[in-house]
Amino acid sequence: MKYTAPTKQGYFGKYGGKFVPEILIPALEELEIAYEETQNDPLFQKEYHDLLREYVGRPTKLTYANRLTDYYGRGKIYFKREDLCHTGAHKINNAIGQLLLARNMGKTRIIAETGAGQHGVATATACAKFGFECVIYMGAEDMVRQKLNVDRMRLMGAEVRSVDSGSKTLKDATNEAIRDWVTNVENTFYIIGSVVGPHPYPMMTRNFHRVIGEETKDQIKLAEGRLPDYLVACVGGGSNAIGFFYPFIEDEDVKMIGIEAAGLGADTDQTAATLTIGTPGVLHGSLSYLLHNSEGQIQLAHSISAGLDYPGIGPEHSFLHDTKRVHYYGVTDEQAMNAVKLISEKEGIIPAIETAHAFAYLETLMPLTQKDQIVVVNCSGRGDKDMGTISEWFRESPPSKGA
Amino acid sequence: MTTKTSRIQTVFETRNSDEKIMSLFITAGYPDLESTVDLILGFEKNGADIIELGMPFSDPLADGPTIQLASNVAIENGITMKKIFEMVREVRKQSQIPIILMGYINPILRYGVEKFCSEAEESGVDGLIIPDAPLEESSIVSESAGKHGLDMIYLVAPNSTDNRMQQVDQHSSGFVYCVSVTGVTGARKGEEVAQSVERFIDRVKTNVKRNPKLVGFGIKNYEDAQLISKKVDGFIVGSALIDTIRNHYPNKDWQQNVFLFVKELKFGNIE
Repeated sequence: MKYTAPTKQGYFGKYGGKFVPEILIPALEELEIAYEETQNDPLFQKEYHDLLREYVGRPTKLTYANRLTDYYGRGKIYFKREDLCHTGAHKINNAIGQLLLARNMGKTRIIAETGAGQHGVATATACAKFGFECVIYMGAEDMVRQKLNVDRMRLMGAEVRSVDSGSKTLKDATNEAIRDWVTNVENTFYIIGSVVGPHPYPMMTRNFHRVIGEETKDQIKLAEGRLPDYLVACVGGGSNAIGFFYPFIEDEDVKMIGIEAAGLGADTDQTAATLTIGTPGVLHGSLSYLLHNSEGQIQLAHSISAGLDYPGIGPEHSFLHDTKRVHYYGVTDEQAMNAVKLISEKEGIIPAIETAHAFAYLETLMPLTQKDQIVVVNCSGRGDKDMGTISEWFRESPPSKGA
Repeated sequence: MTTKTSRIQTVFETRNSDEKIMSLFITAGYPDLESTVDLILGFEKNGADIIELGMPFSDPLADGPTIQLASNVAIENGITMKKIFEMVREVRKQSQIPIILMGYINPILRYGVEKFCSEAEESGVDGLIIPDAPLEESSIVSESAGKHGLDMIYLVAPNSTDNRMQQVDQHSSGFVYCVSVTGVTGARKGEEVAQSVERFIDRVKTNVKRNPKLVGFGIKNYEDAQLISKKVDGFIVGSALIDTIRNHYPNKDWQQNVFLFVKELKFGNIE
């Protein structure tokens, strides 16, 4: 079936839209026009893809995980190596794309929100490369748990502003970035780091990441002569997952699985499993599933991974969830941390804690697969930034089971 | 037209030609649940013509620190949509001042749009301002609102095109809310607002012809208000009022001090 979402108004089914203050309407219209132009502009496309190749290091590899495959003794497991991107995660695909767009639009100042700091680092990197003023909003709590990334951003010349409101995490950093944008809309471009926000951001960010899925498709055909049976990716806002899934949406035999952060468990109030327990509502400019109470007040999410610690999710994921094209499940902090250890030991790859959520689901998925089946996991980022959290976790609760 | 629409209309139709309509924003449940009704009634006695009653939201992304704080306090105080309607009913027992509910779309969606509009009408609400539901998305509410005789008040901003202002005028009823500066809500230096506002107001006057026009954002005293609303029908004050409440609450006579501020906003310093 042909997949054409979103509509011209920015709707994926009933999700998406432009729920923003009037002040941002002209900015979004300007952005839509500028983005549309780049789609048919061979110079823009060439510059973007040249940068992906020569600066980001694309195409990233598709690695056969032979020891992990042996460990489960079922289907073959491959990793799409977004952790090998410059700066250590997929986020830079989008940051570079949006920065080129900002430059073409004549904007001189860049702002961004960040949770785990990966998008902040990617944005600071792109700004350093192109000589742009850069302000990153980051929750005070995230600045503590992702200190290394704060230092990286500052080293590259970005100003990192601590956000002390609300839960002091990604949601609040996003509020503050939007307030800055509303105030400085004339000269400022807001590089949103996930497939969230008002139209055209969810579409635009997806399209800057679709290279992940497109490369995967070519690479798996080369390696195995066919498409995979399963794709697995972690989902916070959902940018790595949608970039990975999107080119496969019309390939109906490819099953796709998105893994949310369940925190202490989707049945507790310490969770970020938006699709598992949330209901539709509006946050940060679009209609999508949300964690909110009976009064419509947004609930604080919890996840050990700063990048998934968000009470919303991109509208396209809500649509793919409702239509059951993608199946979404939750993985707890503990399961994710066990996966960090397992993947490190079996494959010599230390994944980001966000990414480890996707790997953790292999415990459930792999026993259901046959030996001739193929599973590709999007290894969306590397775990260096998480070493503090990882060391602390295993000091306090040494692994007693599993790996 | 229902009688409800006319409460806002009446205010504009019966004003003296040199009088500026004053609309005051107060967060429901701030500084405490008990005071909201008394504050509204006191505002009216001291010169307020319209009340914008804020429905608090946990993530008010178009608001500056003052209203963010008021919203948080109100939520901690236990404000709910039911309690807000109860407050409106209480005011309606004693006053016919137009009341507009102002707030973000999510709590309304969560409550149920039709149920929300129906209870708003029944309790005596006159209109709605939903800053994160611009024309593009307003159909999600406007149908029910229209059915229940609630005015939909939309905003225009300095960066709105002429064409956009005309569209907003077409879809608005009650009045058009003119945001004087790009940015979030909050008191600003008078000069800062005045500089940019004049050209904007001239454009508003050319393009918004059907509806009365109130200008808001950044007004903190009588002089600001008179200067900025010179060419329009009146002005809106929110953050400066809430700052005043915060400065006096919970001292003895805090309400009297707040009412004095309100009186001076409307009439100037009457020695």
